[in-house]
Order: sequence, then C-alpha cells, then structure tokens
Amino acid sequence: MTTSESATSAPATSPDASLRAADAPVKPLLSALKVRKSYGGVEVLKGISLAVDPGQVMCLLGPSGSGKSTFLRCINHLERIDGGRISVNGELVGYAQRRDRIFEMNPREVARQRRGIGMVFQRFNLFPHMTALENITAAPIGVRRISKQKARERGLELLDRVGLANLAQFYPAQLSGGQQQRVAIARALAMDPKLLLFDEPTSALDPELVGDVLDVMRTLAADGMTMVVVTHEIGFARGAADVVVFMDGGVVVESGPPAVVLDNPQSARTRVFLDSVM
Amino acid sequence: MTLTSPVRTGQASEVDPDDIVAVPLRHPWRWFLAVFLLIGFVSLGISLWQNDNINHPTITEFIFNPRILSGVVLTVLLTVVAMLVSTFLGVLLAVMRLSNNPVMNTLAWLYVWAFRGTPLLIQIVFWGYLGLLYAQISLGIPFTDFTIFSVDTNTLIPALTAGLLALTLNQAAYSAEIVRSGMLSVDEGQYEAAYSVGMSPVFTLFKVVLPQAMRVIIPPMGNETISMLKNTSLLSVIAVLELYTVATQISSQNLRQVELLLVVSCWYLFLTSILSIPQYYLERYYGRGKARTLPPTPFQRVRALLRHTPINVRRTESQDAS
Repeated sequence: MTTSESATSAPATSPDASLRAADAPVKPLLSALKVRKSYGGVEVLKGISLAVDPGQVMCLLGPSGSGKSTFLRCINHLERIDGGRISVNGELVGYAQRRDRIFEMNPREVARQRRGIGMVFQRFNLFPHMTALENITAAPIGVRRISKQKARERGLELLDRVGLANLAQFYPAQLSGGQQQRVAIARALAMDPKLLLFDEPTSALDPELVGDVLDVMRTLAADGMTMVVVTHEIGFARGAADVVVFMDGGVVVESGPPAVVLDNPQSARTRVFLDSVM
Repeated sequence: MTLTSPVRTGQASEVDPDDIVAVPLRHPWRWFLAVFLLIGFVSLGISLWQNDNINHPTITEFIFNPRILSGVVLTVLLTVVAMLVSTFLGVLLAVMRLSNNPVMNTLAWLYVWAFRGTPLLIQIVFWGYLGLLYAQISLGIPFTDFTIFSVDTNTLIPALTAGLLALTLNQAAYSAEIVRSGMLSVDEGQYEAAYSVGMSPVFTLFKVVLPQAMRVIIPPMGNETISMLKNTSLLSVIAVLELYTVATQISSQNLRQVELLLVVSCWYLFLTSILSIPQYYLERYYGRGKARTLPPTPFQRVRALLRHTPINVRRTESQDAS
C-alpha cells in the first residue's frame, strides 16, 4: 500500500530519467528507486536507488546486516518492498501498473516474471531428490514446457559449461559444495534469465572450492551476462565488476567503478570495511 | 581369539604395540535373563498347547474357512480404499491448513478438530445410524422447494459405505497432520529456489515440497495403515462383514470364541507383517538423494551373501590372518 502512496507522491518518470542521464544512454536492465523495506518496525532498507545496464556486473559489498542480501531478494520479489520501485527490463517487479494505479500481482504472474531473473543462493538450495541434471531441467520442462529431450540436451550443455559434464546423474548430497553451487548456477541459467542474482555464492564453501565457482562467474560476466553479486570476495569485485556498491545500515554509502570504490574510497566507512576484509 | 589371550608387545612382532589388547567385558546377566525368559515362554507355550479349553482342530478348521477368507478380503479392501482416499483428503487438508487463505485455513482446522476430537467408534455408529437423523437425502437449492433428486438414506448409505466413510473421514484428519508435519520439515530455501526459477506455488508443491515431505510422511503413515487394518474390526458394531464380524458370527454358532479369536489374531498379524514390505520400499524410494549411497534391499543382501561362497570366505579369512 505504501508503494501506491509513493507512486502518487513521486512521479515515476522524472528520477528515472535523471538516473539515465547520469549513467548511460542505454535503458537500464535493473533500476531501483528509493527502495524501502522494514521487518517489524526495523527499517533495513532506507531508500536504495541503483541502476544496472545490460551486460554490466554490479557487486554489492558491505558489513553483514547492511541490507545487501535483503535488497537482492527484493529484486525477484522473494521479499515485498514497502516503498519505492524496482523494475527489471522496464517492468515493475511484483506489481502491475495500469494507468496511475498499482495492483499487486497474483502468484502466477510473479512466477512468470521470475523466469527472467535467475538467482544463486548462499546455501545452494538444490533440490535434494533430483539428480544434478534433473535440478537443471525441472523448470524448463515443467514451467517452460520445453520437450524433455531438448531440456536434457540443454542441461548437459550447461553442465559442461560449468565443468561438471560427468556428474549429471549424481544427487546433490554426492557432490562437493563447489560442485553443488556450479549446478545451482547452471539451474539458474537454464531459464535463460536476463539478469542473474548471486547471494554470497561462495560464503558457504571451503576456501579451496571458492576459485572454481568464481571462475564460472567470471566466464559468465565475460560472456555479457548482467549480474548483481552480493559478495565478500574483493578480488572478484575488482576483476569482474563494472560497478561496486558499498552499502551500510540500509543505505548506499558509495558506488562507482572498482578502481575508485576499492582503491580510493571517498567514505571513511568504506575504508574501515575494506581494511577489515582485505 | 587374540583378544581373549593378551599378547605382550615383546612376544608378537606382527601386533602393533599401540593396539589395545584387552579381555572383553563379560555380560553374565544377559545370559541369565535370556535363559529365564526362554523357560517362561516355553512353559507358557506348553500350557497353551495342552489347555483342554482350546480345541486345536477348530483353529485349523477355520483358519482357511471360506467365510473367514471373505472377511480377510473385505478387511484388506476396506484398509486399502480408506487409506488411499484418506491420504488424498489428508494432503488436501494439509495444503489448506498451510495456505494463506483464511477461509481454507479455518475450514481445515475445524475438520481436524471435529474428526480427531471424537472417538472413531462413535463416528462409525453415527454414520451407520445416519438414517435416524436424516431419513431422506435430497439435492436441491437451499431455502426453496426445488429438489433435483431425493433418496432414502439407508439405500444411499448401506452399512459398508457408512463404515468406509467413517474410517476414511476419521483417518483424513490424522493424515492431514502427518502430511502437514512433513511439509513443514522441508527447508524454506527449497521454496525460494523453486520460486526463483519461475515455478508457481502449485507446481512447487507437487514437484519440490511433497516429494521431499514424503520421506518424513511415510514412516508414520505406515503406522496409520497398520492401525487402520486393525480398526476395521470396529465396523462389527454396524455389521459390516469384515474379518472380526465374520469370526464373531461363527463363534456365536459353535461357541468356540477363543479359537476364533486366535484365528483372527493370526490373520491380523500376518497382514500387518505383509504391510511393512511396501513401506520399506517406499521409504527407500523417497530417501533417494538423502544419503550418499542407498542401503541394499533385503534381496540384494541375500544375493551378496550367496556371492560369498564358503571358499571365498575362507580365502579372505586366511588373508586376514597372515
């Protein structure tokens, strides 16, 4: 309901246009505008505004509790926002706008919208009762209604792409953490998303397995996939990100190219955080 | 063998000096208890066997009696139909109970409250005597005289249907709670992962949540199936011709109550033993992906045992010794 309030109070077009003018001439794939979210009276997102252009990689950094994971989960409507706007590919997430009124989407419409937004979780969340290949093909077969044969071929191709072609018939419990996470990436890719969200994808991994997952993510970035990555891997952010955003206390403290935010931070809070993780 | 005779480190060169070589702890009381119980059971068996009040030929005469067998068939049929329908209803109720829809939620809660809160025996009698409450059952538009059809209650619901209805509706309340507990055991991350690849709530339920919940649901449902098989005997109060009713009818003619109770008990024991076989295989099927390797089935175990011919075993033993 707050969403409709802010819709009437702040015309959606003008700040959108200013963002576009400031950043790039292309239309952003993801744009967030003054996004607010509270849990039981505690405001965890206090007006986040961001834009990601097609093909860009954005890394969200920040101390735990800064709201970066919550923001990521708002992008595919796993969490409802209390205020502001999030749109992906020009479409409002979780809401439909007809004339000047905003309507809540029903679960099936939200599901349709989520097909274009892939997500990779910290704890992998693979379906334990399915093999690696079945994990990847379940949604294309069941949701997209692609033929089993085609989905299988595509699934094997994706497994090959993440370097696990020989493990198609293994169950998640039989795979290492790094292998599970790479299957999870392949599962997200199988729906041909325009945008991929990563929620601390390497935080639950043994240190020696982190590299394999980051390699896959670097390849994806190089192939032009639009990605938003919540991570603590400063090295990855420096190498792969186009934009680095530092969040703290539910606000964006600093954002810009990695060379600026990571090597020459303007804010004291950013500097303190970077000193503690590097 | 080596354990019973402690070997000192200096004497045997092939024994690692770090190995603990100790006399195993003895358990004399286990032997005492086992012998004591064995004597008790044997004497109980002998006293039953020699009891003049039990007519053994009656047991052998009636165990495969056609009337008893028809009772067995009906008992099994009642169990299977009631379990299948009640499981379906139970899943429906559990989903309703967990849904965000307050109407569905309350309806499911009320159902479970009513059917779990009254004794099964009373429910059976109630359905059996429904004709006393409503002599006619009609379908029409409420608050008008318009009726599509009207039928005598006792014609529509004979004793068998009433019994089946009572067992099914009562069991659905219990099954609903079991299914609900299974669904609650599925990690929240599974829903999120399913939603993130664009699955709808219904698709997520059938493809992701229920298959995982089954692992938790099946053991208590096995329990419920065994209970159901035995609870069918309660239908004797409304004269459904299942196993126990048939047995009481026979014993009221030949006055061999104890013998027929033994016949019936043998059949119930046999049937409940059979029921544990499908449960084992269902548990195994839904447990896939949970363990890294599935345990072998009993058949696989037997096959593995046969592969270990005595010659093979002896060879491995001699290899161990050397």
